[in-house]
Amino acid sequence: MELERHEYDVVVVGAGGAGLRAAIAAHEAGARTAVVCKSLLGKAHTVMAEGGIAAAMANAYPEDNWRVHFRDTMRGGKMLNHWRMAQLHAQEAPDRVRELEDWGALFDRTPDGLISQRDFGGHRYARLAHVGDRTGLELIRTLQQRTVALGIDVYMECTVTRLLTGRGAGAADDAADGVGVTGAFGYWRESGRFVAWQAPSVVLATGGIGKSYKVTSNSWEYTGDGHSLALQAGATLVNMEFVQFHPTGMVWPPSVRGILVTESVRGDGGVLKNSAGNRFMFDYIPDFFRKETAETEDEADRWYDDKKNNRRPPELLPRDEVARAINSEVKAGRGTPHGGVFLDIASRRPADYIRKRLPSMYHQFKELAEVDITAEAMEVGPTCHYVMGGVEVDPDDEAARVPGLFAAGEVAGGMHGSNRLGGNSLSDLLVFGRRAGLAAAEHARGRVDRAPLPDEALADAARAALAPFEREGGENPYTVQQDLQQTMHDLVGIIRTAPEMEQALERIAALKERVANLSVEGHRQYNPGWHLALDLPHMLRVSECIARAALERQESRGGHTRDDHPTPDAEWARTNLVCSLAPDGSVALTRQPLPQMPPELAEIFEESA
Amino acid sequence: MSYDATFRVWRGDAAGGDLQTFTVPVNEGEVVLDVVHRLQATQAGDLAVRWNCKAGKCGSCSAEVNGRPRLMCMTRMSTFGEDETVTITPLRTFPVVRDLVTDVSFNYDKAAQIPPFTPRARDADGNHRMQQVDVERPQEFRKCIECWLCQDTCHVIRDHEDNKRAFAGPRFLIRLAELDMHPLDVVDRKHAAQDEFGLGYCNITKCCSEVCPEGIHLTDNGIIPLKERVVDRRYDPLTWLGSKIGRRPRR
Amino acid sequence: MTTTAPRGTGAVTPGNGNGGHPPRRATIAARTLRTDRWWLQPLLTVVALVAFIVYSTVRAFQNAYYFSEPYISPFYSPCITTACEGDTFPEWFTGPAWISPAIYILVVPLGFRLTCYYYRKAYYRSFWLSPPACAVAEPHRRYTGETRFPLIAQNVHRYFFYLGLLFNVVLTYDAVLAFRDETGAWGHMGLGTLVLLANAALLWLYSLSCHSCRHIVGGRLNSFSRHPLRYRFWTVVSRLNTRHMQFAWISLAGVAFADLYVLLLATGTISDLRFF
Repeated sequence: MELERHEYDVVVVGAGGAGLRAAIAAHEAGARTAVVCKSLLGKAHTVMAEGGIAAAMANAYPEDNWRVHFRDTMRGGKMLNHWRMAQLHAQEAPDRVRELEDWGALFDRTPDGLISQRDFGGHRYARLAHVGDRTGLELIRTLQQRTVALGIDVYMECTVTRLLTGRGAGAADDAADGVGVTGAFGYWRESGRFVAWQAPSVVLATGGIGKSYKVTSNSWEYTGDGHSLALQAGATLVNMEFVQFHPTGMVWPPSVRGILVTESVRGDGGVLKNSAGNRFMFDYIPDFFRKETAETEDEADRWYDDKKNNRRPPELLPRDEVARAINSEVKAGRGTPHGGVFLDIASRRPADYIRKRLPSMYHQFKELAEVDITAEAMEVGPTCHYVMGGVEVDPDDEAARVPGLFAAGEVAGGMHGSNRLGGNSLSDLLVFGRRAGLAAAEHARGRVDRAPLPDEALADAARAALAPFEREGGENPYTVQQDLQQTMHDLVGIIRTAPEMEQALERIAALKERVANLSVEGHRQYNPGWHLALDLPHMLRVSECIARAALERQESRGGHTRDDHPTPDAEWARTNLVCSLAPDGSVALTRQPLPQMPPELAEIFEESA
Repeated sequence: MSYDATFRVWRGDAAGGDLQTFTVPVNEGEVVLDVVHRLQATQAGDLAVRWNCKAGKCGSCSAEVNGRPRLMCMTRMSTFGEDETVTITPLRTFPVVRDLVTDVSFNYDKAAQIPPFTPRARDADGNHRMQQVDVERPQEFRKCIECWLCQDTCHVIRDHEDNKRAFAGPRFLIRLAELDMHPLDVVDRKHAAQDEFGLGYCNITKCCSEVCPEGIHLTDNGIIPLKERVVDRRYDPLTWLGSKIGRRPRR
Repeated sequence: MTTTAPRGTGAVTPGNGNGGHPPRRATIAARTLRTDRWWLQPLLTVVALVAFIVYSTVRAFQNAYYFSEPYISPFYSPCITTACEGDTFPEWFTGPAWISPAIYILVVPLGFRLTCYYYRKAYYRSFWLSPPACAVAEPHRRYTGETRFPLIAQNVHRYFFYLGLLFNVVLTYDAVLAFRDETGAWGHMGLGTLVLLANAALLWLYSLSCHSCRHIVGGRLNSFSRHPLRYRFWTVVSRLNTRHMQFAWISLAGVAFADLYVLLLATGTISDLRFF
């Protein structure tokens, strides 16, 4: 078998914010580090992030500090977050933002020259460091340029299809049987040739799962491959039932359905209206947030200028609340012609202000929908955006249950509980990307004697990858993908019921059989059909996790809404659902108690409640 | 609402290829990339195309549509007549990998040669202070999504393969401009811009500015100011004299 | 450019200046697949510039009909020889009679426009076809741009800009003098006065919107916040600079028109419309 081989201390899978930050940290800790990514460097989904990086730097409001950020994060996640991750995140985010400036990032400024911070849903104070509405681009470019400056090896357009584990990990200190990560196997998209990396530490930073849904803000890369690779390697996934539907995606024209409309539109003054012209969000304020949310339009409008004496507009409630409200309005027949609601900033802010603050939104609507957002309202509706669930990791070093495997960013779970606040994703990438990179480098240092990758494992991975070429006359992978997306959209979407999810699991089982019989045309060189055929098993495995966990959790909380169990439940408030892979390849689910936060942190919620 | 369009798509690889004709349905509001995806899903499963965000933010789906370098995701089908044949070819300036996918490693090689950003020390309280008016100029260049359309259209390398060695291309000239205008950066790259990155090759014919999907004014705001800064350093005796007789350094 | 040898006509594929396809590019035979009228823009540029060059050359060598009290043609101002018609400024020397006084000063406006960043684009594209239009292959074997002599001399643009400013002062002075009547008494204004004023104004707009000017007034600074006044200048010039191309063309037409107007007056073809 033709196989390109490499040796590293740390291999990072994924070159988004978390992956690059991990690689930088690992490299600076002295590890020989490689980044493997499916796209070109700098194209990762992080570029799509618009709003900003949440960090309690207190540049805009001196009252802000990590405790307030921690509290906001936990409340946004309906207290299901891993408290330790939320704490580390809130504490370290400001430093992670500041160091980006040392690497060339240029954030918008306050009048006294500090990093400007903007308002976002669920955040008590304006705390999102931002650059217009293209913060994700700034983040990825900064990290990319830093990665290049450090001379870290990057394997672009290279897909990892399998994590390799075994006893050859040279483990003296680890689990009794010495099983751990030994490397990774993949192929070059360009040539279809195989490549293997031998490495005692692998950091997964592969992002999310959105491509299993029909209406999504996510790109093709979001197949859940990292989640799936981790499961296969023996790690566990937590909180998979929580999928965030961003309240504002484009709905028209059909070809752009799902593309994100940043929350900054609302942070900068935009409001949601139904077809009758009412600001309906006032009808959807949950008791949990009533104390901190404005009751009248006047108070809400005053808040933009005077945050001390007024409460937040309900448009800036956490995303799960807003998405559900939009969903209800549309279902009640008060939607727009194309099945969304109106997001109006045109009548509330001057055209110049809109163009300055939201340049890419202006551009996006102008180019793709022929809508001038400075003159007319946008039509928006919920779109699958983010998975809160992911690889279960240790909060301090992001280690999964498999020695040598680390996960950071969207692919890791726990940090955001049942719902993520806007802006917390980019800070999550930076904080835990760095921690994962450091821990991975440290882990590799302890592994001196490294056995070569076993040939049979490599041959098996190669065989599996080539299987779709072996079969003839099978089904086209694109059809299977469309059916999966339709299934998840219809049956495991924003509002869920038990019968629908049972049906979804049946359909997923049927799709699994179809995937096993796919065939692809052409040859191995840059063949998207083949690539999709290899992605589909990942998508199905992750979809199954979501459906099983969602069926099991009989309550509504954050990004998981059950029509048949519409309220939160005290027992479920203390329970996590953990997915693992059973020996027969099916998904097994276990309940696990939620880690309890220490009293000094619990106090934060009492004093401000 | 829906109609059948005629598409000519270049298919092939480094060994050769040609334009193949397809008839494919087009729906209201679609962009060229939607149609290419429909081709993939229904007629040519192995049609190679690079794409990611499909929202004009990542700069992956660059190709030439009717001879013009464009992002396929931002080229609306409504800009063509229903009876107009739409021709899609890969970027001409770079070696082809397969179909619409080209080998853009030239750009990554050039990026790695640029002397990296080097900041001055932070203020005593651990912050960097910069005024909005000072960050705005370099911010324009940081809008770049690295779609490489400017590199593709630039005749210096599009029409002269042998210039690739000496010329970094518009993308990296504005990167140099960005660093030179960066309020925190302390490295002088002006000589390098001229000697190593081929600033002098640019004859400011502005095709880079014309194709930029982000509307960056590469020539007027980046390359020409950089040329003027190089003149300060190398070709202007008065400025040179001024700097020699101890006028304050220009920052 | 001068260092690239024209290759004759006919379709060429990009990058195959030395014959044959460069390694591994897509084999596309057409010189361009553009379907629009990409050749129109360079064609119009050639027509307009050639028309101007022909007209201005004839007029510059004509050495006549450039003065009609109180108006002087901008082609002949500043008129620096003693042979100049009218009492013009500043009569430095007496040259051979067969040399038109326009020739001595031609180099400044010519040099300013020739090295101008906009005109460079215009003539590189339309005359040198380098490139004729975006994504249309250029018919040259080699290309070195502005890296070596003579084109490296484009870098002197800012000196022509300084000299051009002096000329603008003189032409403005000419326009002011046009408020005198034939006898030299102040308090006159004719259509010619307006023409000269408009010409001077357009030349100021063209000069001040220049890229070198933008650099000199503030563009070379990295810290605008520490130089608020120069930042203001830079902002104004930047705004003008976005219209530099328009100013380049309008002012070019303006100069030609001002000269034509003086020519028509001087030959007696028309008489000046007098307001007061």
